[in-house]
Amino acid sequence: MAEMTYRDALKQALRDAMAEDDTVMVIGEEVGRYGGAYGVTKGLYEEFGPDRLIDTPISEPAIVGAAVGAAMSGLRPVAELMYVDFIGMTMDQLGNQAAKIRYMFGGQVGVPMVLRTQGGTGRSAGAQHSQSLEAYVMHTPGLRLVMPATVSDAYHLLRQSLRQPDPVVFIEHKALYTMKEDVDLAAPAPEWGKARVHRTGDDLVIVTYSRQLHHALAAAEAMARKGVEATVIDLRSLNPLDFDTVRAHVERVGRVMVVSEGVMTAGVGAELSARIHEECFDFLAEPVIRVCGEDIPISVSVELEKNSVPTAAFIQTAGEKLVGLRSAA
Amino acid sequence: MTAPIDTAVAEKVPRSNTGLLALYRQMRRVRTFEERVGELFVRGQSAGSMLHLSIGEESAAVGVASLMRDGDTFTTHHRGHGIFLARGADPNRMMAEIGGKEEGYCRGKGGSMHIADMGLGHLGANAIVGGGIPAVVGAGLASKREGKGAVSIAFFGDGAMQQGILYESMNMAALWDLPVIFVCINNQYGMGTRIEQATKGRALHERGLAFGLNSETVDGLDVRDVRAAAGRIIDGARGGTPGFLAVECYRFFGHARMDKSPYRTPEDEERGRAKDPVGFARKALVESGESSEAVLDALDAEIAREMDATIDFTVAAREPALQTMFRDVYAPGEPEPESVAARIDRILAGD
Ligand SMILES: Cc1ncc(C[n+]2csc(CCOP(=O)(O)OP(=O)(O)O)c2C)c(N)n1
Ligand SMILES: [Mg+2]
Repeated sequence: MAEMTYRDALKQALRDAMAEDDTVMVIGEEVGRYGGAYGVTKGLYEEFGPDRLIDTPISEPAIVGAAVGAAMSGLRPVAELMYVDFIGMTMDQLGNQAAKIRYMFGGQVGVPMVLRTQGGTGRSAGAQHSQSLEAYVMHTPGLRLVMPATVSDAYHLLRQSLRQPDPVVFIEHKALYTMKEDVDLAAPAPEWGKARVHRTGDDLVIVTYSRQLHHALAAAEAMARKGVEATVIDLRSLNPLDFDTVRAHVERVGRVMVVSEGVMTAGVGAELSARIHEECFDFLAEPVIRVCGEDIPISVSVELEKNSVPTAAFIQTAGEKLVGLRSAA
Repeated sequence: MTAPIDTAVAEKVPRSNTGLLALYRQMRRVRTFEERVGELFVRGQSAGSMLHLSIGEESAAVGVASLMRDGDTFTTHHRGHGIFLARGADPNRMMAEIGGKEEGYCRGKGGSMHIADMGLGHLGANAIVGGGIPAVVGAGLASKREGKGAVSIAFFGDGAMQQGILYESMNMAALWDLPVIFVCINNQYGMGTRIEQATKGRALHERGLAFGLNSETVDGLDVRDVRAAAGRIIDGARGGTPGFLAVECYRFFGHARMDKSPYRTPEDEERGRAKDPVGFARKALVESGESSEAVLDALDAEIAREMDATIDFTVAAREPALQTMFRDVYAPGEPEPESVAARIDRILAGD
């Protein structure tokens, strides 16, 4: 057991993967000498050198495209996109190339690459540096999608992503890099694609992922003080999606809230809500409630930014309303 | 239109915007404004730390903006405060926007990296490297149709020279003979990457030439040189031949407020900061007898007061009201998006 940050856990995962497999290489803007815009690769350039940490010009489509070609050619590239907000620039390489190559070419070749990036609010970074765009990825068959919420998952999920046969988009949250936890990196890795139940209660189920896990847990603690017990599920990966775990708890409890930082409409919450309604309809006491980002861009204003996405207080209020707690109304 | 000259001291400054003293005044305003942006951050009054100062690049902003006319339009990159100020922006409203306040140019929604003002032809700053470049092609099409000789200018950094969208845009501008100019402010760095670590093709104007644009590279030390080169390029564009101008300068400070530039040496910084367009202009003014230390000191003090006031203005300004976050997603009169809270209440009220 050692205390470490989310950032350092990611770095350790890259370091271990690079030491174990010399085809693993990192390619992106400022990943080498600078050590990554958020410091994740700091020190790796000194350890592994310029052939394994490739600093690029500011050319996102070519960074992702080069990673696709490298992956088809026997390497294991980790491409870094400094902000998930830039994913639109790379969407052809990601959506039309990486995601479809195995299929279009009749299974001859896969694209075993990882695209590491980060998203979310928390820094007054404005409309083009604060988004949660995982739905773009989840909407594209062929792409795996992983979003770690804990330090331990940051390590294990990145290690596992680097063993996948298909492209994985790995989205970190910018507000989590400095979060610390005691972790045992030698402990057995969690099963790939499996959700984690952080808390079990009989009054409602909160299904979430990434930073919102922490808001959901804080809300659950606050509700518990009022006698409302929530189950909190961290999906960890959105593709594969562990719907079995979700179903089991929904069928047991009957009240569900899905919490996501991404905008509500046609987002991850919409997909989860649809599946729950379709598959667990007879078990639902109330409609599934989506607690998501507002359907608006993110403002630079601190106050507007904070209130554009779910907060712990908001999740708590919504949860109390869902279970019909009078004081919440 | 440039900023009105409005102070007592400035009575001594010529009203035309072409002389060195007027150019110096604008460059000093830009520098002092940027220093106050740094101060706003240190005082915890800025919206975030992603503030990119254009100190060291004043000649590019002022040299080019001094030639812009009513009706001309422009876009900037994320390091665009100086360009907008030189074009005539109200520094109070700029600072308020940087503070994320209601009184700011974009009501606290955009911030430093997304400031814009249609009144002055500012089609917007951008936080996507290269993101603002192609808009000038469209503005050029509109201007060509209008036939009033307006130009549209894209300002961007050396980092954007490696974005494909620049080349798509330059090619279209040339193909369609558009009144468009691409201005690359080469401050030698894109974050921690020096230009020679980003490209082997260092003669940046050759890229413009390859597409058929009037193209030049100019040293940014002397704002008069920048203005002269920009004049040639802009005149060409008004006549229907688009242009490209690279201005060589140095980014005096870190990339954004949290960056202490660990990737470059103090010697590199000292060498780079020797290319100081503000100091150079000041010296030239005194040596030529066109002005004196005393007049320039008084002018600087006047500007310091003007820019000090931007901080007071911003601190006193209001946070945008929460409900405004739903405004302007769509046009006025269109329904605003329903809030998550209202939706939940509506759904749960159903039973
Ligand atoms: C598409 C895109 N890629 C990367 C970034 C992150 N980023 C912001 S500014 C910057 C460096 C830009 O350098 P340059 O164009 O030279 O402008 P400067 O900061 O030097 O003014 C980078 C990499 C971004 N904002 N947008
Ligand atoms: Mg630069």
